Amino acid sequence: MSDLRNDPLIGISGYGVYMPVYRIKIEDIAKAWGDDPDTIKNGLLVYEITVKGRDEDQITVAVEAARNALKRAPEVDPKGIGAVYIGSESKPYAVKPSSTVVAAALGLELGVRGADYEFACKGGSEGIISIIAQVKAGMIKYGLAIGADCSQSWPGDVLEYTASSGGAAFIIGVKNNDSVAYFEGTYSVMSDTADFWRRDGVEFPRHTGRFTGKPAYFDHIIKAAEGLMNELNLKPSDFNYIVPHQPNGKFPIRVAKMLGFKIEQVEPGLVTPWTGNFYSGSALTGLCKALDNAEPGERILVVTFGSGAGADAFSIVVQDAIKRKRDLAPKVEDLINKRKVYVDYGVYARLWNKIKV
Amino acid sequence: MSSPRSPRIWQLKDIRYRLLGVECNKCNKRFLGKRLVCPSCGSRDLKIVELSRTGKIYSYTVVHTPPRGRENYGPYIIAIIELDDGARATGEVVDVDPSEVEIGMKVEMVFRRIGEEDRAGIIYYGYKFRPIL
Amino acid sequence: MRNVAIIGVGITKFGELWDKQLRDLFIDASLEAIKDAKVDLKDIQAIYIGNMSAGEWVEQEHIGPLMADYLGVRGIPSYRVESACASSGIAFKLAYEAVATGLYDLVLVGGVEKMTDVSTEESTHHLASAADREYEAFFGVTFPSLYALMARRHMYEYGTTREQLALVAVKNHRNGSLNPKAHFRNVINIDTVLNSPIVADPLRLFDCSPISDGASAIVIASEDIARKYSDTPIYIIGSGFATDTIALHDRSDITFLWATAEAAKKAYKMADIEPNDIDVAEVHDCFTIAEIMAYEALGFAERGEGGKLIEEGVTELDGKIPVNPSGGLKAKGHPVGATGTAQIVELTLQLRGEAGKRQVQGAEIGLAHNMGGSGSSAVVHILSRVRR
Repeated sequence: MSDLRNDPLIGISGYGVYMPVYRIKIEDIAKAWGDDPDTIKNGLLVYEITVKGRDEDQITVAVEAARNALKRAPEVDPKGIGAVYIGSESKPYAVKPSSTVVAAALGLELGVRGADYEFACKGGSEGIISIIAQVKAGMIKYGLAIGADCSQSWPGDVLEYTASSGGAAFIIGVKNNDSVAYFEGTYSVMSDTADFWRRDGVEFPRHTGRFTGKPAYFDHIIKAAEGLMNELNLKPSDFNYIVPHQPNGKFPIRVAKMLGFKIEQVEPGLVTPWTGNFYSGSALTGLCKALDNAEPGERILVVTFGSGAGADAFSIVVQDAIKRKRDLAPKVEDLINKRKVYVDYGVYARLWNKIKV
Repeated sequence: MSSPRSPRIWQLKDIRYRLLGVECNKCNKRFLGKRLVCPSCGSRDLKIVELSRTGKIYSYTVVHTPPRGRENYGPYIIAIIELDDGARATGEVVDVDPSEVEIGMKVEMVFRRIGEEDRAGIIYYGYKFRPIL
Repeated sequence: MRNVAIIGVGITKFGELWDKQLRDLFIDASLEAIKDAKVDLKDIQAIYIGNMSAGEWVEQEHIGPLMADYLGVRGIPSYRVESACASSGIAFKLAYEAVATGLYDLVLVGGVEKMTDVSTEESTHHLASAADREYEAFFGVTFPSLYALMARRHMYEYGTTREQLALVAVKNHRNGSLNPKAHFRNVINIDTVLNSPIVADPLRLFDCSPISDGASAIVIASEDIARKYSDTPIYIIGSGFATDTIALHDRSDITFLWATAEAAKKAYKMADIEPNDIDVAEVHDCFTIAEIMAYEALGFAERGEGGKLIEEGVTELDGKIPVNPSGGLKAKGHPVGATGTAQIVELTLQLRGEAGKRQVQGAEIGLAHNMGGSGSSAVVHILSRVRR
């Protein structure tokens, strides 16, 4: 839909991820509801998920991810950032932008535009597309796009095994020697497919079980990915990595195979088995994990998916600057492994206000 | 409905979101927050600066008897942090078990929720500290 | 400046006083002081009332005229003074200065607080307004936590021990058991303190003064008038007041009560005495660490040696400098606005030789130390049985 291989090329100057230190093991959730943990772990390919702290929400996650992205873009004067978009489906305010808080926290309030995007798990990539377009049009020098969620789930719902907290942020501008990667193209699809939603004023989302699979997740991701590859005249073997949205550990592997990718291409960007699903931050965190380990010249296919439903596919080519920039902020694997505090289901339920007091 | 605190929160948001302070152009000392007069040398020649986001714990405590608004929050760590630039700030230390905390521990600023007016009211954000990852 | 003396004192029982309102407490204490002074209500030329936060605790401000009205003396000036927990210590200083400079000849000064009608969380919130609301309390700081920060650092720098802190509470409860007006009259031991629930680590429940209701009142007069009414006037011979940063983190050394030391310096100089000359002291032990730090700031102990002073028994009722014979804030109770003048009431009884079972034998010179917040305001008074 959008071939971006024409001047000016659009690059990623910095990227950053944040996830809380708290974790809950699948065993502990299963114990609370009488489920068999091995069945869940094998069925969803997820072992433990992050849990927001008692003082964390989508805004604090977004700020921390953005700060890490800024650390990887030391050449960018924050005052040059002209737009801030946050994709999320767990805004702490139903009405009042999160993006204003994030902009203020980063010291970029004046002369900046921003908004909160909601498209289930794909709001973050919508932000990336907006920034790409504005940079390409010369409207802004740099933009900040964030996908962040403290993902919600009903107590006892199977979603509890995957819904977790975290997010990723990107500083995007015209490609230069400081860009860690650049965009070759993007391709989006959408249809009115109600596979997952949360009504206004309702605390947690509802989903449609197996209907979230074939007609929603798989069809949209495949159409977006194939559309992009057609547009750019690329095939699966031209990519070193594929990073699809990761509602669990199984779906991204399956959709990659359906598209003709090998398991080795999907594994480097896989995060959900050890973190759970960051909703709007899911595929974008996977992209950051791929960038953490990628070599210059390598090509990444990222496909986000948002229920409701739609998908955005991006082809991204890694640049030399990745080598000197990836150590400027915590890597995804550091965030996953370095500091973990396990909580049981009682504490988890308290942190999520699932206990009525 | 409780009376809105939004104006008071708004007045200090930059200081709390970004850990701002003042630096005296005369004696070069730094202090947390907004001041018009240097508390050290009396100079009125001050500039607003971003304070160091890293520092070490000067003293700490674990609060078990909370004030109003934190009834269900659980025990929390309060510390005075000596920032790398010499200014000091008081705040919560998070993401760490109290038994691991000690004077001299290195910490960094983290952006967190501080509280809220009430369930329907505004949310307060600002600095806290956590051990450096 | 002319000589000023105390001629009457009154104090309510301190504690959870469910059947008393704010105004009842102040009027009870005032009438007792007026009776003790053997003066008429119409002799009172002005009232000074220390009160920290009636507006928060019982939603009543404007208590100057309120108390004058209920005391039946409306028409005269009635001042309300606020300096957190030092409110009535500073009210006393203002009243003293007004009489000493000849503005009035005879005034009533006291303090009152009604704290127990609200939840502990609510009181904890109100008390935190004595700290820096925007840079401390906003972030979850409570009063015990500020003194816990001081305690932790004092222990770290000087090796002050948990047991030494506990000894302060043990002593003050022992003294309080002898005071019929005290909030707590139970004798405790070190284990009582060490096994009590944590409030703000390392401080435990028995390291903390309680949330109390109460009032205290005093009649002071110029020397010539005082001698007319009283055979045992107690002279105010020293008075000092100093301030420090509102936020604890803005002090270079949180292990030393600098404002207290400055206030004491002024009071000692005015009285022309030294710490050694003090026979009895009432100090602001809002927390056990505060009493230990007060020893150092008042010159009873060297810096860092406060813990040893309590260990050596120097401040016991029969020690060289008995401290807090009333039971202190810890056992007598701490209705914050009433505390400063309550200390003066106790010293007056001690110097008159009317302190009953807790009498410090032969006490001639007494010192009162009252603090607001984390030591941000400190006021020291020196009283003497003998005219100087």
